[in-house]
Amino acid sequence: MASKNTSLWILWLLLTFALGGWLLFTLLQGEEADKTVFLPGSTSPGHYQIEQVCSACHGESFSDQDVMQEKCEGCHADALKAAKDDHPKSKFTDPRNAERIEVLDARYCVTCHVEHRPEITHPMGVTIPTDTCYLCHSDIAEDRPSHAGMAFDTCTSAGCHNFHDNTALYEDFLLKHADAAPTDFEGRMLLGNLAEIAEQLPDYPLDAWPIEPATLEAQALPEGRSIDPHIADDWLASGHAAAGVGCNACHIPPASEEIPEPAWTDHPDHTVCAGCHQGEVEGFLGGRHGMRLDVAKIGKALAPMNTDLARLPMNDEAHGRELNCQSCHGAHRYDTREAQVESCLGCHADEHSLAYPDSKHAELWQAELAGEAEAGSGVTCASCHMPRLEKDYFWGTFIHHEVQHNQSANLTPNEKMIRPVCQSCHGLGFAIDALADEALIRNNFSTPPGVHIRSIDLATERANATDARSDPP
Amino acid sequence: MTLRKTLLATGFAAALALPVTAQAAEADTPMFTPKQMTDWLHLVMSSDRTVYTRLIVNRLQNKEKVIKASEHFEDDKALVLPAQMFRFGAEMVGEKTDDFSYSLLSEWPINKQNAPRTEVEKEGLAYIAANKGENFYATEELGGKKYFTAVYADMAVAPACVTCHNDHKDTPRTDFKIGDVMGGVVIRVPM
Repeated sequence: MASKNTSLWILWLLLTFALGGWLLFTLLQGEEADKTVFLPGSTSPGHYQIEQVCSACHGESFSDQDVMQEKCEGCHADALKAAKDDHPKSKFTDPRNAERIEVLDARYCVTCHVEHRPEITHPMGVTIPTDTCYLCHSDIAEDRPSHAGMAFDTCTSAGCHNFHDNTALYEDFLLKHADAAPTDFEGRMLLGNLAEIAEQLPDYPLDAWPIEPATLEAQALPEGRSIDPHIADDWLASGHAAAGVGCNACHIPPASEEIPEPAWTDHPDHTVCAGCHQGEVEGFLGGRHGMRLDVAKIGKALAPMNTDLARLPMNDEAHGRELNCQSCHGAHRYDTREAQVESCLGCHADEHSLAYPDSKHAELWQAELAGEAEAGSGVTCASCHMPRLEKDYFWGTFIHHEVQHNQSANLTPNEKMIRPVCQSCHGLGFAIDALADEALIRNNFSTPPGVHIRSIDLATERANATDARSDPP
Repeated sequence: MTLRKTLLATGFAAALALPVTAQAAEADTPMFTPKQMTDWLHLVMSSDRTVYTRLIVNRLQNKEKVIKASEHFEDDKALVLPAQMFRFGAEMVGEKTDDFSYSLLSEWPINKQNAPRTEVEKEGLAYIAANKGENFYATEELGGKKYFTAVYADMAVAPACVTCHNDHKDTPRTDFKIGDVMGGVVIRVPM
């Protein structure tokens, strides 16, 4: 009996030491090692893609809140700035708000967005109670009598307000667009203008690759290389050939200090594309498609995202497919029409995506493809989630009609799609209602909105009441 | 030989560096009070703001009628309002330093978040409204930190200030006249 206990004790000790030793070994290994065993809980959508690199969010030590805040801002500050964040950090660092930050320390993202806590994580990664607005705005009904009696968890869930982005929801904007027609069939998506502004883009290699149609004969391939006829056909039909971008432009990366004489590569990566398409690549790296490749932000290169890692429903046939520029654009063909629908549906198989081919939007796209409708009149997956938008360079010195490749910029909360996307063709009220209708989102907007958000009504009622007061009797 | 050269070079470098170090020390010697600091800061703020109001907004909007100024300047493709210009500057300063902070507050704010909140703010705004031409200085403790707080009157310097505030749908007061104290600039320096 005693000897059996002893051997059990020894076994327990050995196992404990082995486990402890393995954990310690894993912990003390460099940045390269996979430390996911230490994750305290599943990470939220988006972040889970980089969860194995603890330092991407925590920095070198786990103790410094300010370092972590810097990491949050390193990836998210630009989006907040673009959204004209209504609750920026600078509002809360003002000493006059010291009392407020005791209630809700909004200087730090993690106050509201705690990671590794799936059991308390609401949509948008929010981990505080949904009635938090109450903490500072409990007296709102004094100013807005119409708000008396509204539940405090409805501020942000009823399609009226967001904590950060209210660019399409603020009162005067609601009033300005109160009478807009539900749909403007004359609305058009922007068309590309890269060729027109290439001269002003600081890094566009115009000297080496002037914008004029390229020919197969003029391609000076390195010795021993030849062009496959199929590849040649694909390339000749592409925008690249039309804009003078030859084989070596992509297959021989630009010279750098580290590599003064770069060699031919069979598989150019996104860094090569960035030579001419810098904004697009930045967007790609900023969104869920390319974030794992952003070495500068996360501190190390991870394998590209692939469909097996996806949390969203994916096509069975797309099993294991990796994400890089070519995955959607198709090497050599670079057919932007294909990239707008077929590439997306090649992988995405959720209800909303699967319903697209039978939607009104898809009908318009089919008409455009068939040449029966004007360019820019069709609505594709990309029109809404990777739209071509006006992007300012150098504070408006020139404007690029750039495809926003960060799909997070036009996804959730979906109200942020109203201005850049929906309002290209739809009235504000229609868009607000449509985006609040979950059934409509599932059927890909195949029916009219079935819900109505009252924000425009309330704004109009208030404006009318004010006008009535100030009008002479 | 090498050692002597090194010593010589070091001595020479030290001799050169001495006046620089002395100057640096002088630059770090306190020369003015928190009150002087806030007075000077306010002088810069109010001058810049007046220049913007008169030379940009009033001239282009009222006199030359080239462009309007609007609260929603981007959507309306218009000029930034003088008060917004001031606030954006304050926000940018807030992003860059904790050494001082400032804000534009009023007892009759269009945005209720800009009403006085701390005791010193309330007392200060009441004081500058009642004692025209005088500033208000006090110390206060906020979030466990002590601050020197100065409050300066913000006057209606142009017709646009008055009409815009009187006519705004969110304004709690509609009888402002040119020369009235409309609010106050609050500058804080941690002590």
